[in-house]
Amino acid sequence: MKVEHFVEERILKILITEEIDHHTSSKIRTRMDYEILRFRPKKVIIDLKNVKFMDSAGVGLMIGRYKSVKSCGGNLEIENANSKLMKIFEMSGLPKIIEFRNTSELQGFSNEIESILI
Amino acid sequence: MENLKNEMKLEFLSKSANESFARVTIAAFAAQLDPTIEELADIKTSVSEAVTNAIVHAYSGSEGIIKIHSRLYENLIEIEVIDTGVGIENIEEAKTPLFTTKGSLERSGMGFTIMESFMDELKVESVVGLGTKIYMKKKIKSSGKELSL
Ligand SMILES: Nc1ncnc2c1ncn2[C@@H]1O[C@H](COP(=O)(O)OP(=O)(O)OP(=O)(O)O)[C@@H](O)[C@H]1O
Ligand SMILES: [Mg+2]
Repeated sequence: MKVEHFVEERILKILITEEIDHHTSSKIRTRMDYEILRFRPKKVIIDLKNVKFMDSAGVGLMIGRYKSVKSCGGNLEIENANSKLMKIFEMSGLPKIIEFRNTSELQGFSNEIESILI
Repeated sequence: MENLKNEMKLEFLSKSANESFARVTIAAFAAQLDPTIEELADIKTSVSEAVTNAIVHAYSGSEGIIKIHSRLYENLIEIEVIDTGVGIENIEEAKTPLFTTKGSLERSGMGFTIMESFMDELKVESVVGLGTKIYMKKKIKSSGKELSL
């Protein structure tokens, strides 16, 4: 997982790089909630372009993050989920409450990135 | 039933690290039928759901044995995922989309819905106190490529 803070815009961008299942999701959840609570962003963008596998644990993970971002007064958006992931998200009805898109909103901000690799 | 091409049995502890082990192993076995990437992904996801359910619900964190039994036919894979955990009281209710008994742990109640839509057949047998057997079947449409040449 890679986290980028856009300090001025108060945007937190999270790039998930591991497969998402019940085993991996607890670690991903802990790290994301730590960043959300610490940074209290206006907007959190989760980029799924590097996620090659996800099962129903991913739905629970996104619903949970939607709630923690909302409770800090922010908004959650999800980017670049591949067609396999989208099939699962669509079945859950999640796209009705969270914005999904296939572009990167924050290209061009790269010189302002504070980047942490774990 | 068509001719049996291959068969395998797998047995492992109900540790969450085995979720990826189980789905990768079944994918390697299913690959013998020359499935499409999409078919293989559907099989991996369904096995991941069944195995996770055994770990999370059947044994809820305590240690137990999970068995996978798979058979390959000409253009068909059968997979059974078996646990000897707590069992399911009401199978119809459990299969309802979004139904979960573990909502507080961020489960979404999508597991059975995913297995049902990604596989061609899903059967659930369960006895409270004895355990659960999930039977799944999927047709592999891409096999028999040579025939169409
Ligand atoms: N092997 C099992 N043993 C005992 N109970 C089970 C088993 N599999 C499923 N269940 C029961 O069926 C319910 C629905 O399962 P399903 O996989 O659809 O959703 P979930 O596991 O609760 O959530 P998700 O799969 O989305 O993370 C579970 O909440 C659980 O009560
Ligand atoms: Mg489940």
